[in-house]
Amino acid sequence: MPDDEDVEESESPSGRPFWSGAITFGLVNVPVAIYPANRSRTVSMRMVDDEGTPLQRRYVCSKDGKVLDWDDIVRGYEVKPGKFVVVTDEELEAIEPRKSRDIDLQLFVGLEEIDPMFFVRAYFLAPAGGTTKAYRLLAEVMERTGRAGIATFVMRAKEYVVAIIAEKGILRAETLRFEDEIRKAEDIGLTKPAKVSPAAVNKFATEIASHTGKVNFREFFDEYAERLESLAKKKEARGQDVVKARASSASESAEPAGEVVDILDVLRKSLGGGVAKKPARKAPARAAKKAAKKESGRPARK
Amino acid sequence: MAARAIWKGVLRFGKTKLPVKLYSAVQDHTIHFRLLHKTDNAPVKQQMVDPETGEPVDFKDARKAFPVMRNRMVLIEKEELEKLEPKESRDIEIKRFVDPADIDHRWYERAYYLGPDGDSAAYFALAAALKKKNREAVARWVMRKKDYVGALHEHEGYLALIVLRYAEEVVDASALPRPEGRPLQKKEIEMGEQLVAALAGKFDPSQFRDAYRDRVMDLIRTKERGGKVKVKTFRPKKTDDSALAGALAASLTGLRRKSA
Repeated sequence: MPDDEDVEESESPSGRPFWSGAITFGLVNVPVAIYPANRSRTVSMRMVDDEGTPLQRRYVCSKDGKVLDWDDIVRGYEVKPGKFVVVTDEELEAIEPRKSRDIDLQLFVGLEEIDPMFFVRAYFLAPAGGTTKAYRLLAEVMERTGRAGIATFVMRAKEYVVAIIAEKGILRAETLRFEDEIRKAEDIGLTKPAKVSPAAVNKFATEIASHTGKVNFREFFDEYAERLESLAKKKEARGQDVVKARASSASESAEPAGEVVDILDVLRKSLGGGVAKKPARKAPARAAKKAAKKESGRPARK
Repeated sequence: MAARAIWKGVLRFGKTKLPVKLYSAVQDHTIHFRLLHKTDNAPVKQQMVDPETGEPVDFKDARKAFPVMRNRMVLIEKEELEKLEPKESRDIEIKRFVDPADIDHRWYERAYYLGPDGDSAAYFALAAALKKKNREAVARWVMRKKDYVGALHEHEGYLALIVLRYAEEVVDASALPRPEGRPLQKKEIEMGEQLVAALAGKFDPSQFRDAYRDRVMDLIRTKERGGKVKVKTFRPKKTDDSALAGALAASLTGLRRKSA
């Protein structure tokens, strides 16, 4: 039973879609499966004891100290300090809009009309339900017209507004914030933009022009993660503090399966019926990182 | 009600040094649930557990290890981790000004407003200059011991800084194959385009309200009063390829009737 945090952090380790539903536009129904398009920034460390036995991060009851399984846990809302109202998944689903798995595509807009402040995170939408025709049609006409679709839907007890974008025949959904989640400058108490002197603006404009260039975002990697990895490699080469990772049967049964599935492989399968165009990119480092994250269950660094 | 700044920094590029304050542009309205133990409704807490004995282990006794290979890990001490942290700095270093179209929305993560910290004339002049030149800036800074990459842009006369994701956080789908299937018919594409045109509009965020959030709060209040709630289950709909053209045509007819 996932809570909001889990929904946001899950990387679908089993390779199963994260959620499935159907985009509806007009009377056309496009069944899709949703996969996250963002990976967690979590630095890939494992919690271990002195001998290197991996420890698990588990939920325990604050009252009786019992270590709990998912089945022992319910979701509650604190109505008064210390007083909770328990809400079940079934109850939350029951109050979802009538056609609860519909991703209701309401209008088509220019992507550039959406302020950058609104974007939250991205998901891939893969065709589901054994048919690709309506999916391919929607992607095709969105690319031809250069428009993004705005849709709303409810997924796991939360309503979303998303921009659906088609690129190279593949649909993607970018979740957007609701208007009341974006503050106005006045709400913060910033003073109204003052009249500026043209001379000051021109001075900055000149500086901007002289510092203008192109950007390659692949340059922007996580330097901290790089430093950590290189420290670990150095210590390993010196044979310092190296421990054998003991796999324990108990850890495998209680945590999500140890098998790590590359999200791209999963998508490739659902898009092309299992025929990969290119051999799957091997990413042992990434796989190890993901495995470590699953093992330790560390929350993402925010 | 004025918000408190969460951080103070200095925008730097060329000879420019502009002190600014950072404010969150986002206010979260998500309903946060607590996880509770089913039998006694006591909140749960997180704890490290030895998987073999099932015994809890104190966080202070747990050590951190970096997996270097499938079955080899290197223990990393707390002091070593501290040394890896980025150097504290107040600088928001502008790397380059770029065409806003170069910054894909896929990179956007979280938005902050910058407010002037002292020199407001220069602050508003920079915002005006960014707008005039139609430029954004790519910036790097260190805040609370973490590195950030962000896009500095003008927002309604103010400066805003949007945190960007790191390259490894964005799954690159450019190598994925297009979904396969029988070619689409010309007529279907035409009708699809007409449907897109019929549903074309401007993005107006005020049109979208989180109505579900309100219903969840109602549910909670009903249960708090001891009221009953109904529960039903979801059944997926069947779809059929041969019905696509019919559905397109019916949608267009429906929309034409609505607008007539």
